[in-house]
Amino acid sequence: MSAGAVGRAHPRLEGPEKVTGTARYAVEYPLEDVTYGWAVPAAAVRGRITRIDPDPALAVPGVLAVLHHGNAPRLSPDVEPELYLLQDPAVHYRGQLVALVVAESIEAAREGARQVRIDYDTEPHSTVLTADHPGLYRPEKVNPSYPTDTSEGDFDAAFDAAEVRVDATYRTPAYHNNPMEPHATTAQWRDGRLLVHDSNQGSTAVQAALAELFGIPRDSVRVISEHVGGGFGSKGYPKAAVVLASLAARQVDRPVRLALTRQQLFGPIGYRTPTIQRVRLGSDADGRIAAICHDAISQTSTITEFAEQTAVYTRSMYAAPHRRTTHRLVRLDVPTPFWMRAPGECPGAYALESAMDELASACGIDPIELRVRNEPTVDPDQGHPFSSRNLVACLIRGARRFGWGDRDPRPGARREGRWLVGTGVAGASYPARARASAATATALPDGGYLVRINATDIGTGARTALWQIAADALDVPPERVTIRIGDSDLPPAGVAGGSMGTASWSWALTRACQELRDRLGHHSGSLPPEGLTVAASTADEIRAQKPMARYAYGAHFVEVRVDAETGEVRVSRMLGVFAVGRVVNPTTARSQLIGGMTMGISMALHEEGLLDERYGDWVNHDFATYHIAGCADVEQIEAEWVAEEDSDLNPTGVKGLGEIGIVGSAAAIANAVRHATGVRVRDLPIRLEKLAGSSSFT
Amino acid sequence: MREFRYRRPTDVDEAVALLDADPDAAYLAGGTNLVDLMKLGVQRPDLLVDVNRLPLGGVEPLPEGGLRVGATVRNSELAAHPVVRRDYPVLARALLAAASGQVRNMATTAGNLLQRTRCFYFQDTGKACNKRDPGSGCAARHGQNRELAILDWSEECVATHPSDLAVALAALDAVVEVAEPEGTRDVPFVELHRSPGEHPERETTLRRGALITAVRIPPLPAARRSAYLKVRDRASFAFAVGSVAAVLDLDGDVVRDVRLAYGAVAHRPWRAYRAEAELRGRPFTPELAGQAADAELAAARPLRHNGFKVPLIRAVTVRALTELAESRR
Ligand SMILES: Cc1cc2nc3c(=O)[nH]c(=O)nc-3n(C[C@H](O)[C@H](O)[C@H](O)COP(=O)(O)OP(=O)(O)OC[C@H]3O[C@@H](n4cnc5c(N)ncnc54)[C@H](O)[C@@H]3O)c2cc1C
Ligand code: SF4
Repeated sequence: MSAGAVGRAHPRLEGPEKVTGTARYAVEYPLEDVTYGWAVPAAAVRGRITRIDPDPALAVPGVLAVLHHGNAPRLSPDVEPELYLLQDPAVHYRGQLVALVVAESIEAAREGARQVRIDYDTEPHSTVLTADHPGLYRPEKVNPSYPTDTSEGDFDAAFDAAEVRVDATYRTPAYHNNPMEPHATTAQWRDGRLLVHDSNQGSTAVQAALAELFGIPRDSVRVISEHVGGGFGSKGYPKAAVVLASLAARQVDRPVRLALTRQQLFGPIGYRTPTIQRVRLGSDADGRIAAICHDAISQTSTITEFAEQTAVYTRSMYAAPHRRTTHRLVRLDVPTPFWMRAPGECPGAYALESAMDELASACGIDPIELRVRNEPTVDPDQGHPFSSRNLVACLIRGARRFGWGDRDPRPGARREGRWLVGTGVAGASYPARARASAATATALPDGGYLVRINATDIGTGARTALWQIAADALDVPPERVTIRIGDSDLPPAGVAGGSMGTASWSWALTRACQELRDRLGHHSGSLPPEGLTVAASTADEIRAQKPMARYAYGAHFVEVRVDAETGEVRVSRMLGVFAVGRVVNPTTARSQLIGGMTMGISMALHEEGLLDERYGDWVNHDFATYHIAGCADVEQIEAEWVAEEDSDLNPTGVKGLGEIGIVGSAAAIANAVRHATGVRVRDLPIRLEKLAGSSSFT
Repeated sequence: MREFRYRRPTDVDEAVALLDADPDAAYLAGGTNLVDLMKLGVQRPDLLVDVNRLPLGGVEPLPEGGLRVGATVRNSELAAHPVVRRDYPVLARALLAAASGQVRNMATTAGNLLQRTRCFYFQDTGKACNKRDPGSGCAARHGQNRELAILDWSEECVATHPSDLAVALAALDAVVEVAEPEGTRDVPFVELHRSPGEHPERETTLRRGALITAVRIPPLPAARRSAYLKVRDRASFAFAVGSVAAVLDLDGDVVRDVRLAYGAVAHRPWRAYRAEAELRGRPFTPELAGQAADAELAAARPLRHNGFKVPLIRAVTVRALTELAESRR
């Protein structure tokens, strides 16, 4: 039945357009009469705007309008507090976008934005997350809808009774999503209809939000997102840029282009919350864990609640009869945190997979063996069977490929010239989920096929993977298939997020294609000029899925060199082995996996939002000061996968692999650094002074 | 938009006259620093005088030895120059350790020396900074100051000079050739940059409007054995957390001559004269190098977040000198 496109490496369909610069991004569509927006950030942390004086800005030649809460078109207050922009004078964090200048040129808009005079009534603020913050509270649930706390057995008693105990607190800083394409929109109103070209991870949701905000029917809004230059979660839900541009376009009655600046991506679009995580593990001398507890603290804003599910990772990862997880939050005068690649799992795995390494050292057993010994047979959280669980297969294969077997476990034992060399390992898991989507498939009279779904390709290669899947489902060579995505006029689909994109979209596409083949089987004579179209939706099928623990797994192997005197860390080798179900396109799959791993290097060694509590914002907010791993930081990196057939997922058998690459990777690096130096760094990033300044460091 | 005028003279006198006539004018070279700061609103010149058409290119060997480097020579061109690579490895390495290939292709010699500090607060017009806005205060003094000075700072400013090239030139005793309305003069490189004192907005000893036309590097045969070690937070494309430029001339085991300069520790490229004095005339050992660094760093006053720089600079001093000493054996 299969034409065999799935599983074959294929370059991105839109690759030539992208490398030749003809692929259009949100603010690159040529447009008559277009104007430019520039957002104005608040200079106060907490308080109210008492006065806005737009006159100096309006005096800048070319400036057309200054929008602010006193004059902007009204929005519905019921959609989402984050999107209720320019509606009231409250300031919730420094950098909040409180006005927008629209001008004939981008230069005039920028200068105008600098000239808007704003007075504030300010109040004292609190912007630093601490473990004893008086505002700590227990949220009702954590993202997206997990219980806040869980408990099984008697953790306290079992931990007290354990022969070997690890009790450690890990901290991660604020991390900032920094897609190459900023949050950017071109908005235009025509006869009461709103058309936006927007950079997002799912335009069905953007369409819905805009319709509600402006009080117009959904089909009066069209959102086109043909090419998206990355999102890393930050574009997973409509954000400020698209709302501001739409407001402005209405106000000036002309098309408006708005791209947030790099600096404005540090805050208003969300970021990964800092975390403070205490992990306790109690085991017998052989490393069999009896008690496991993960207490996570993170922050949210005063605008809305965002509860990162940091400790959820620990609920299902390793076996232990006595277990507890908790989440606490503080509302600070900061921008609202948001999704960033593997929210929850990523920071949570750093803590748990580091603690596992500490336990392995404490028990004197190999960290891979420790994980094998604590492999659960059913999901320790819900008791459901696993649809497939190949963590151990990843660990074993990785150990062989990496040469783990020869490892001398003593820390600080290997020195090569100025370098201390060490290796580390960590496990990883990420949920394999799917969301309801709709798709259509059309057979055309010329023998071609057209498949349509409002999927979004944020640079991952999703378009290409779906095209391969559709070809197989139609049982035709892929060259005969045309795919259309990235437009809210297409059948609605979920976001490119939660590693659910390919699973969700391919499911609907496959059903539409199968149905079309059936129909064609019964069709006689030639096709009508418009072809034969069938539509499919997966809502019912997904609702009827039986409860199971569905996860992708992975294992990271890292070798680091640490300069014995300066403390500089270099990752000399990194290998990830993953169990991600079926791999549709090895080329783009590998990119996703090594991309996630590279982001893990960045998280472990480089990235850190440095907050200045006096000003209440991050002082490093560009690429020169907020470091992201560069090519020279990635010396040798490889991703592989184990063969995995899982029939309890979705028709294609994919688990999604956009996020698993980052999960656990920072722990593997921290574990390798500890092996190299003897120093355990429990607060990321691993800066050189944390190693060079340590007393046990030689 | 905020309008500014743009001129591209071909004559040095004309350029100097243009600057002299307009207190808000600035020279534009590669633009890799100035244009960024203009976009951020940190610098707001109303006239840009482009120096790229001035006859200030070229790297010439001098008759008495040494090199004369034109002000508009690009950092990449200078790093690749065969004489630089052979006679002044410290210079080539400092240049190549800086920025990225793209930035180095634009950045000029003079622009590099006059680039502004990377202090976070200087670059953000929403924050107090005496250097940007005299009298407004120094947010970095008690703020995020891990990258900033350990030596010679003042309550008014704790910034560091970010250039790598400048550290090498300080070690090499370069001379800066300057054109001013009154004529031309030579400025010893180590006197080009100022301590912050009460006026961090004054970064150099040049008068306003002075044009750097060239940098002369004197002959220094010992510099064939020279090194630049830069410690940074990622493997490339990062400013120094600390750096050391070193030239070591041994007579047998005895230090005949030594040049040592530190980067990312002070408001100016830091020539380590005290350390040099400790070393000169003594038999070289790594321990001696350590003592020399200690002598230099005795004056260090670390800030809240940068105490690690003291042992770091010490360690890198020892490494640089020891490697040079060993490479000779
Ligand atoms: C992302 C990034 C990373 C970087 N990393 C490093 C690094 O690691 N190490 C490092 O050393 N540097 C680094 N740099 C800085 C770079 O080296 C400087 O920006 C560059 O050298 C400046 O040279 P320019 O010719 O572009 O100067 P411009 O930006 O054109 O000018 C800089 C200043 O010099 C003045 N000026 C220029 N020419 C003259 C002249 N002839 N006479 C008098 N005044 C003059 C200008 O008025 C201006 O004030 C980095 C820069 C960037 C953007
Ligand atoms: S250290 Fe200097 S540059 Fe930085 S804020 Fe203080 S005065 Fe400004």
